[in-house]
Amino acid sequence: MLDLLSGFIIELRNAGLPVSLTENLDAMHAISHIPLEDREAFKYALAATLVKNNAHWRSFETVFEVYFSLRGPEYSISDGDREGSIDDLLKQMQEAQMKGEGNGGAGGMDSLTPEELMNILMNALMNGDQALMRALARQAVQRFAGMEPGRPVGGTYYLYRTLRNLDLDGMLDKLMEASKKEVGGDLTKLEERLEKDEYNDRIEKFKQEVEAEIRRRLVADRGAEAMAKTLRKPLPEDVEFMHASRDEMQNLKKSLQPLTRKLAARLARKRRHGRKGPLDFRSTVRHSLAYGGVPAEPKFKYPRPAKPELIVIADISGSVAAFARFTLMLVYAISNQFSKVRAFVFIDGIDEVTEYFKKTEDISEAIHRINTEADVIWVDGHSDYGHAFEVFWDKYGKEINPKSTVLLLGDARNNYHASQAWVIKEIRQKARHVYWLNPEPRSYWNTGDSIVGEYGTHTDGVYECRNLRQLEAFVEKLA
Amino acid sequence: MDNRFESVQSVRDGLKAVNYLADDGIAGVVFLADRLGKPILVEGPAGTGKTQLAKSVAEMIGAKLIRLQCYEGLDESKALYEWNYKKQLLRIQADRNSDAWNDIHDDIFGSEFLLTRPLLEAITSKEPVVLLIDEVDRVEVETEALLLEILSEYQVSIPELGTITATQIPLVFLTSNNTRELSEALKRRCLFLHVDYPQLEREKEIVLTKVPGVTEMLADQIARIVRSIRQIDLKKAPSVSETIDWARTLVLLGISTINAEQAKETLHVLLKYQSDIAKAAKELSDD
Repeated sequence: MLDLLSGFIIELRNAGLPVSLTENLDAMHAISHIPLEDREAFKYALAATLVKNNAHWRSFETVFEVYFSLRGPEYSISDGDREGSIDDLLKQMQEAQMKGEGNGGAGGMDSLTPEELMNILMNALMNGDQALMRALARQAVQRFAGMEPGRPVGGTYYLYRTLRNLDLDGMLDKLMEASKKEVGGDLTKLEERLEKDEYNDRIEKFKQEVEAEIRRRLVADRGAEAMAKTLRKPLPEDVEFMHASRDEMQNLKKSLQPLTRKLAARLARKRRHGRKGPLDFRSTVRHSLAYGGVPAEPKFKYPRPAKPELIVIADISGSVAAFARFTLMLVYAISNQFSKVRAFVFIDGIDEVTEYFKKTEDISEAIHRINTEADVIWVDGHSDYGHAFEVFWDKYGKEINPKSTVLLLGDARNNYHASQAWVIKEIRQKARHVYWLNPEPRSYWNTGDSIVGEYGTHTDGVYECRNLRQLEAFVEKLA
Repeated sequence: MDNRFESVQSVRDGLKAVNYLADDGIAGVVFLADRLGKPILVEGPAGTGKTQLAKSVAEMIGAKLIRLQCYEGLDESKALYEWNYKKQLLRIQADRNSDAWNDIHDDIFGSEFLLTRPLLEAITSKEPVVLLIDEVDRVEVETEALLLEILSEYQVSIPELGTITATQIPLVFLTSNNTRELSEALKRRCLFLHVDYPQLEREKEIVLTKVPGVTEMLADQIARIVRSIRQIDLKKAPSVSETIDWARTLVLLGISTINAEQAKETLHVLLKYQSDIAKAAKELSDD
């Protein structure tokens, strides 16, 4: 047990979770108070002592699944008696459900035709039957995934194969049909929506079962350590903007909200807790009048750092779009920390999008409008930093003043157009600061058509912003 | 130390008896906190019953609840202890004529002149105590250090008096709305519990226990609609307490089944931003 647990903790550390030695000891203490058969309690005991940040929960869960998925009676994978008991269960279910259709569940699950399998699945989803769903997930994986021991394929491949055969999207429609029939007549819009949510939820659960089953089988095949390595995913704050998958992007968005609250609180605090300034003579004399001219209450000049004015100029061409969107969301979420925020987006043409943010409270809607309405294409829709900057300088250059901080977002991959770096130089002379944020790893800078170095010499700093952690650090520095 | 709870199940049942529906995670962590003698750091969105958990646990074990509400600028003299200067001054003046300086010197730093604040009170109390340190993320990082000694050793060191050790180990809950990252040192000393929006079934149960006069069917409908609304991308998703408020509203209005129209009219109980309300109303009617 001890070995297993230390292996588990090493893997957690590998996955990026900060697990200290005391926490390790706490975990050992904790599980000694928990009955080991209770898998859920065991998991929570470990989680409470080892995971101290909710964003890390998913990583923890994955590692936990891998390391402890094979323990516990109902999860054993040895095909012997397990099949028997599950099949018994199934038989009962089938008999109960299929009597009407005159299909007395003959034999175990293995002998079912795919159609029958789908029928049972539909019934299970309909009734929200957990045990049956789990059994079905198992059966589906066994049948459709076509898993072979030792085959060097990722779990997602098997998942895809299984789900393709099950046609869960079609299932949703069928379920909706069925529930309509059950009620007799049409559902109101509201009811329909609720039903749909319910079924979506159940199907999601079923998918998770399938996933877990595949994982279990892979662990049995390859061993926990190897498996954990392939499943290791970066924590949300370490996900790279440029390579984030859709799921990861969703998670990123979710972690953005608490982050902005944190940042705003921290920035406001920073501003308030300024140093004490020098004596304010005027104010002191003014207040001394109340004490008959005795300066009993000295007054000080508190420094009031002005909120910076922010001008964001973002490249939103394909390769860096996610990063630009993200930064805009972050900046606008804490826009009350700046006196004014103006946003410009470009590909090879440039357009101001400040209005989109002003009209709506909803940042994601504004971002959506940027993607669909902003006029950013001039010739061919390939990034042309030079032209965009030039146009920016002509149209808006006058509005840059010594209070403004200019943020340039992009990878500076200019498709070998003219760089027009003089614009940046001009901007820098007028603005308070000019920063460049580059979502590419530092080692890629100035390779190929990237000319970040050329622009960079005219800015106050070029920052690598590959993930949320780096972005957060930068924004804090900014305000 | 004798244990307060028999098993995880007993925690769960106990909490249920005082109208708090705990899930496996919550009950498990409370159980562990008792066994390991460690504080619990409860984190989660606003209105999911973090503070209520501490209150309910106190009610369950019949302990006194001592609450320290944190805010920016909280310091030692408000959280731990303070010397009662006025009383000390009086004591010195009363003895003006005698020369026994040494007596007075020792005397005025005695426990008689100590004003206990919530943290000190919690560990010196004779009767069982549940200590709730609410919204711990609001204090500055430096003030957090004040808590460390009491949380790990259950003692308070007073320079003039020595160390006061706990007569009994209280159950400690710290809640945080996660407006800033707490220090590693604090986190390390605590068990971590994240309380999220409840699952459908649990939310329904919560509505049923908390709102008198609600029918099973209405509760079910409420829970479903709330889940549906939480899936929309909102500024502030409805919390459990808002769900309960909404359920109360519906019961008061004498509604037994909700239709889209009624839902829309009462949405303002559930959601607090105009843009959210508009969005949810649109979703509920169109989709």
